[in-house]
Amino acid sequence: MVSGLSRNDGRARRLPTAVKIVIAGGFGVGKTTMVGTVSETRPLRTEELLTDEGVGIDDLSGVERKKTTTVAMDFGRITMRDEYVLYLFGTPGQERFWFMWDEVSLGALGAVVLADTRRLSDCFPSVDYFERRSTPFVVAVNCFEGARQYDLEEIQMALNLGPKVPVMLCDARSLESCKQVLINLVLHAMKFRGLPAEAPQNA
Amino acid sequence: MMPPEDPPQEHWPDAPASHPAPDRFLDEQAGPMVRPYVMTSGRTEPTRGKFDLITLVVAAGPEPEGAIGLGPEHLAIIRLCQSVLSVAELTGHLDLPVATVRVLLGDLLDKGFVSMQEPEPEADMHDIRLYKAVIDGLRAL
Repeated sequence: MVSGLSRNDGRARRLPTAVKIVIAGGFGVGKTTMVGTVSETRPLRTEELLTDEGVGIDDLSGVERKKTTTVAMDFGRITMRDEYVLYLFGTPGQERFWFMWDEVSLGALGAVVLADTRRLSDCFPSVDYFERRSTPFVVAVNCFEGARQYDLEEIQMALNLGPKVPVMLCDARSLESCKQVLINLVLHAMKFRGLPAEAPQNA
Repeated sequence: MMPPEDPPQEHWPDAPASHPAPDRFLDEQAGPMVRPYVMTSGRTEPTRGKFDLITLVVAAGPEPEGAIGLGPEHLAIIRLCQSVLSVAELTGHLDLPVATVRVLLGDLLDKGFVSMQEPEPEADMHDIRLYKAVIDGLRAL
């Protein structure tokens, strides 16, 4: 019964609190890559089913004619000290799945909007979404090989971002780079919510 | 965990057009829509709890033997939740839709087989310890 006892001990302490960060952006911009780069566990996928003809309709008579779609979200986990667990969710790329965005953005610490300079307009909906929701976000430009390098200022202007939204370059495959983006996001979120910011340090 | 695959549609190729064709229930789209809710006896909402994607769940004890009213999916959740897991992780491990897992978790919470910790509501994102812990955790990666 040793295992039973240790389980009891485990239950006696408070459960950790989970925190989430959303990784958004257009299709194929590197959201899943970023989640995989920083996750301590193999990234998992959560799926939600929905019908073409509206969600929440209980009339079963038409069920056999409805088409279903699966919306998948990749997510990863980072266990922190002090009883916190951080989850990173890659949003479903298609904008028509806004309801999933709502679910995943509610209560989020903040969001990273990944952008690709070759298809900058793909991240407009994400930027609009988080601006409307007043979710603190940063824009991270994933540096794809062969893509023209732009000034961060040019990107800031092209996205019509306010000067307070941090824009940075990143490489979604690099742990160091992803860490820096996430740390910048947390610092920005603190400032956004009026908390005393600590001086940024390099990790 | 999942029911067996549907038989191929070719088994019912000649259904008379005059009455409902049985294969309309068996196309690849209909299958995954119906089956998850069989596990929940058709329920789409949990009896208790909201179960956010990052609500953390832990089993209240070891997997019960011969528990009445628990399906194999309920038992699988209790097994997985011997260590703390989020609702999202459970859905990933079980390969079930979020809505299904929520209903199953509601049952388990109702019967006292699991306990849970809801995340901080959006309004409470002003706890500076949370931000510091996240920054420290990220730096330590």
